[in-house]
Amino acid sequence: MSTEAPAIFAPRPGLLPRLADRLLRRPRMFVFLMVLPITLWLGIVYVGALIALLIQSFFSIDEFSGMVVREFTLKTYGELLRPANLDILLRTVVMAGAVTLAAAVMAFPIAYFAARYARGIWKALFYVGVMLPLWSSYLVKVYAWKLVLAKEGILNWIFAKLHLTWALDAFLGLPVIGGNSLSVSYAGTFLVFLYIWLPYMIMPLQAALVRVPPGLIEAAADLGAHPGQSFRMIILPLALPGMVAGSIFTFSLTLGDYIVPQIIGNSRLFLGQAVYLQHGTAGNIPLAAAFTVVPIVVMGLYLWGARRMGAFDAL
Amino acid sequence: MPSERRPPLALTLAAAAGLVFLLAPIALIFLYAFSSEEKSFQWPPPGFTVKWIGVTLHRPDVWQALGLSLKVAAISTVVALVLGTLTAAAVSRSRFFGREAISLLVILPIALPGIITGISLRSAFALLDVPFSTWTIVLGHATFCIVIVYNNAVARFRRTSGALIDAAMDLGADGLQTFRMVILPNIATALLAGGMLAFALSFDEVIVTTFTAGNQTTLPIWMLEELVRPRQRPVTNVVAMAVVIVTILPILAAYYLTRDGAQTAGSDK
Repeated sequence: MSTEAPAIFAPRPGLLPRLADRLLRRPRMFVFLMVLPITLWLGIVYVGALIALLIQSFFSIDEFSGMVVREFTLKTYGELLRPANLDILLRTVVMAGAVTLAAAVMAFPIAYFAARYARGIWKALFYVGVMLPLWSSYLVKVYAWKLVLAKEGILNWIFAKLHLTWALDAFLGLPVIGGNSLSVSYAGTFLVFLYIWLPYMIMPLQAALVRVPPGLIEAAADLGAHPGQSFRMIILPLALPGMVAGSIFTFSLTLGDYIVPQIIGNSRLFLGQAVYLQHGTAGNIPLAAAFTVVPIVVMGLYLWGARRMGAFDAL
Repeated sequence: MPSERRPPLALTLAAAAGLVFLLAPIALIFLYAFSSEEKSFQWPPPGFTVKWIGVTLHRPDVWQALGLSLKVAAISTVVALVLGTLTAAAVSRSRFFGREAISLLVILPIALPGIITGISLRSAFALLDVPFSTWTIVLGHATFCIVIVYNNAVARFRRTSGALIDAAMDLGADGLQTFRMVILPNIATALLAGGMLAFALSFDEVIVTTFTAGNQTTLPIWMLEELVRPRQRPVTNVVAMAVVIVTILPILAAYYLTRDGAQTAGSDK
């Protein structure tokens, strides 16, 4: 307290501290510099490339030369409506919807148990049970299912041991979802999708369920609601935002995936595969671009609906 | 919402069945890595052997793919750490024109299907005349890794009081000192967790990589080739097991670092 400190410090020695000080005195400049790299890369290169891709969807391809005609046309979008292409879109959206519904149904008991009853070792087990498949390599998970669904694999073995092979065969005999074996049927593709995206449903659902006050459920029971009623009228409405948040992942990820149906499934194309083929071997970039517009539009609508249901607060 | 009541039996059974569904396929990977069967995926394995681990260790293609994957993941993580933290600091500390747009921008590469990001980047590289190399893979990976670091850092910045920074400055610390001695220690664990998740994500990525890799082979691309055209199943089994172990360790560490009160770490991939 003996010496008086100057109200304004003298400039500090050294280039870096001086630069830092100077920046701090210009907060706008500072913020600008902080967001400059991300704006350059994501805002200009990445979004620019996205827009360039979308613009291509309004071009068409000359059927004789195979060259892209750079004139505005809706012809390429018309091509999307051809039966073969419409089939691809329909197949993908139905699969994404089915996977999402199944994931919600399957995730609920896991998330509910983990949120409400799991303690100690069980809590850790549930954590590992969700995190391990969530973060394990995507391809390793697909590979694991190749092992499970193989003809000589464990699933057929279990059915044989239980003397239920006839049931499996009857199931595979069903039209559309069946096939020669599980690994070349829609049912197989569905199982793998369900497995791979299920943790993405469990996480937000569990986060929503943890926030349900137990007192509310007890109050409902005290007031005479039977478990089904408290589930329908208390737990489900409160868990819905979490479920919708999870469904964003399961739906969007299934919509764009092109590796799972390529490895497990029959040879019918899904949207991602169609994009890949049109972009690569077929060289029809406008059609590939038009195909990619579909998931963008579908997800845009989905996100808009989800936002209105308050799903983003549950993330 | 822990409660004291016992869970209904049906719920317990359904939850347990769910856990088995989630964990059994991964357990299977570990079993098959030691199977003595070479030609098929026979269950139960006719015998067990550690022979294939030795064989895999002597495969140069596996080592090369692993080396490239580690390199790409490490560089992408560093890039994502720098850019993600800068952006998070700007977005959480100040209000400026385009702030909302930037937080949307960061999420975009992960919200859109990977195939769209992949195709866009590929056409951008073609347009800018950038030849495919390790760096194009890194750029692709960094693009979607930023959001992981950003999410972790934003959550931490929100909980860190701005008064701390003001106090440091009032006490005479310059900008760099404040950063080193006040900001960094506060956000260090969040960055570490975010960095590890970003590393795991990059190490595992295949869809964007197929578009930005040219003819280089990362470990996931090696794995994909093996899946499409199986050549040596036992080696693939061992590699699959190794990949599970490599991706799991950072996850457990990230959980350990953020376990008190933060769901930010793994809640969004």
